[in-house]
Amino acid sequence: MSFASQLLQYTLSGITIGSIYALVAIGFNIIYNSTGIINLAQGDFVMLGGMIAVFFHNTLHFPLVASGPIAALIVALIGILFERFAIHPLKNASVITLVIITIAASILFKGGAMFLWGKDAYSLPSFSGDEPIRFLGATILPQTIWIICVLLFIVAALVCFFRYTMVGRAMKACSYNKRAANIVGINVNNMVMLSFGLSALIGGIAGVIITPISLIEYEKGSLLGLKGFGAAVFGGLGNMGGAVAAGILIGLLESYSAGLLSSGYKDAVALIILLLVLFFRPGGIFARKEVQKLKHY
Amino acid sequence: MLNIRSLKTYYESICALKSVSLHIKKGEIVTLIGGNGSGKSTLLNSIAGLAPRTTGTVLFENREILGLSPSIIVRLGISLVPEGRQLFYPMTVMDNLVLGTYSYYSFGNRKEISSRLEWAFELFPVLGDRKRQLAGTLSGGEQQMLSIARALMSKPKLLILDEPSVGLAPKIVENIFRTLIELKERTDLTMFLVEQNAKLALDVCQRGYVIETGQIILSGEKEELMNNREVLRAYLGKE
Repeated sequence: MSFASQLLQYTLSGITIGSIYALVAIGFNIIYNSTGIINLAQGDFVMLGGMIAVFFHNTLHFPLVASGPIAALIVALIGILFERFAIHPLKNASVITLVIITIAASILFKGGAMFLWGKDAYSLPSFSGDEPIRFLGATILPQTIWIICVLLFIVAALVCFFRYTMVGRAMKACSYNKRAANIVGINVNNMVMLSFGLSALIGGIAGVIITPISLIEYEKGSLLGLKGFGAAVFGGLGNMGGAVAAGILIGLLESYSAGLLSSGYKDAVALIILLLVLFFRPGGIFARKEVQKLKHY
Repeated sequence: MLNIRSLKTYYESICALKSVSLHIKKGEIVTLIGGNGSGKSTLLNSIAGLAPRTTGTVLFENREILGLSPSIIVRLGISLVPEGRQLFYPMTVMDNLVLGTYSYYSFGNRKEISSRLEWAFELFPVLGDRKRQLAGTLSGGEQQMLSIARALMSKPKLLILDEPSVGLAPKIVENIFRTLIELKERTDLTMFLVEQNAKLALDVCQRGYVIETGQIILSGEKEELMNNREVLRAYLGKE
């Protein structure tokens, strides 16, 4: 294998894992925009998505096409229930209190998953076979293409949702100015609930599509959540396009450092980026001055 | 149309409104005059369902609305033009206006909404020219117009305006008030206008109230208030 094709291989696997980070980062952003909360259970939504899909497919023997969507919807429901029972009742709590509650939820989800499924790692079959596709000396798994397509589809769907639907506009309006949202008659409580549902749904989908190439176990969510958070901060909290770019960038850097330096440093990359960004550019690399200013009017 | 009896509002343990009573009849322009911290905005927020703790009664078309959520109050036909405009600054003028229709928006009444948009642009032609611009990039006067237009998009029966003249050049204020009077003549919309600029407010209204430290201290017809010694001294700057 020549160096060039090796590099291509690293690039492809970087984009794959980066897509997952991007999806997690989008989940962070949706909740952050509507509430200002960093939902530290976001990674666990991914884990739950994978686990529940495994349960439906491997245990109940549902076909894969049904197990995936069912799992994602159940995770969305879990997200909504979480908001209704743990976030909503604390009406006047500070953001930091709510963030701590999401840590508790994360521990609860992990504990629950361990209780239900044990500490074993599970896998799902790939969506369309495991026959690798040769591409300029590198190989691509079909699942990789699935992951990238799902990311593109979700981003396109979100863009349309926030730009062209009334509910999407209303959610965006809540993130810009809650008081004004109330004044025009938007029920801000419902929008917050919806944002948790949507974030959980996206997390669940990420879990379903990643499980075939990377085993899923009860603890998997923590690291994914942390790296996704790194991507969200890197791209600028609340910035959807930034999240996608930053997620893929972190995936690439991780993959290059694993391939060219040592795989031992792989996990450190995202965390070092997170720290550097927080030190030097806390608004994220894509922070546009004009819009940032308008946001904090 | 609106009937308020012994309304009290608290912030934490501070009583910001001490038993306020007033009424507004259909088709009237009623003004509320008061200085800084007199409780004007608190009163408006209480009507719009945005104040945390309130007691008393607020009847709108003979229906108790105290304690209802803001989204229901908008649906019933009360629309607030808030202090400080409170627009969605990073969104376009168009998006701001469309969000004003949130309380009755559905796919089926698109026609109604687009004709209402036309109507708003006719009322404020500047906004029509700036449809695609971000609200945050508008001038102060244009932002105030957008805030009023957004409130009108919800098809209100009662329009409440919280200090629409604040921070604007006299010429722009005149322009906005001329539009309000025109609106009144064309639609017979009921308005509750709150102002620090007493001269301006008394000019356009039919009746008025004066509020001080959370209490209504005076009420009367336009001429009565304009000639009242206390009003002349404290709000019109004449000895």
